[in-house]
Amino acid sequence: MGAIQNKLEGPVSDELTLVRAAKQGDDSAFEELVRRYDRNVFRIAQHITQNREDAEDVVQEAFLKAYGNLQKFQEQSKFYTWLVRIAVNEALMKLRRKKPERTVSLDEDIKTEDDSLPREIADWSPNPEQQYTQAELREILSKTIQGLPPGFRTVFVLRDVEGLSTEETAAALELSVPAVKSRLLRARLQLRERLGRFFQKRENGDVHSGDGNQ
Amino acid sequence: MKCSEFLHELTNYLDGVIDNNTKVELENHLSWCHNCYVVCDTTKKTIEIYRDSQLYELPEDLRSRLRSAIMTKCQQHKKRGPEPV
Repeated sequence: MGAIQNKLEGPVSDELTLVRAAKQGDDSAFEELVRRYDRNVFRIAQHITQNREDAEDVVQEAFLKAYGNLQKFQEQSKFYTWLVRIAVNEALMKLRRKKPERTVSLDEDIKTEDDSLPREIADWSPNPEQQYTQAELREILSKTIQGLPPGFRTVFVLRDVEGLSTEETAAALELSVPAVKSRLLRARLQLRERLGRFFQKRENGDVHSGDGNQ
Repeated sequence: MKCSEFLHELTNYLDGVIDNNTKVELENHLSWCHNCYVVCDTTKKTIEIYRDSQLYELPEDLRSRLRSAIMTKCQQHKKRGPEPV
């Protein structure tokens, strides 16, 4: 069993060229940056806010903020990492406004070590996702990740869906590397356990249970 | 290697950032511990399913609309000049 292959490592070579042109006032260069990262920002925003309209707002606000603060971008990290940090903050602000009764922060949800130990260890079907239609699968995945605390799902999305490195995720979320790793492990294990309810191998290979007359 | 130690290394193992000695110990553990094998395998599948899921894709029409709204606001921002600090 090998390591996961990271699929996302977009072309970053000319990113800095675009950023510098945008800083000089070239709006078409900035538009190219929007074109390059809007899908990623939208996905991250929707994962955090769990709401499409909020995600649309976050995309607009994040890019506008990036545009307005471009001169302050020091070029010490990738532009994308800087943009993600802005987008995550905007998304968390949306969430806080919606759930003022709970403080939404990336520092919450720290529990004891024991809760990351898997409780259910049932194996899955060989190609579990093929048991469902695309629409059903999306519904399952969406509901399942919604159940994770925001701090966990944000780390999971940046690392495993968007393909940021652990260090980039830590920089974007202003967390330490060990904190990112610890959250990532718990997020992965919790998702695994929750998805198991849908993907578990069934006895006799039968999807339907309870037909005991045969 | 105990199961708890295996779990501690799982993320590094799946991310391929693990030294060779630990990797050998870990794979030795996986060869006889069925539970840890299943956890490792299904965690890897979990990541792959999410990564390949195309969850929350941005439709092209909405994408153009958002981009043009962003660029319009950027122009307005430029005309107004930098905001007072």
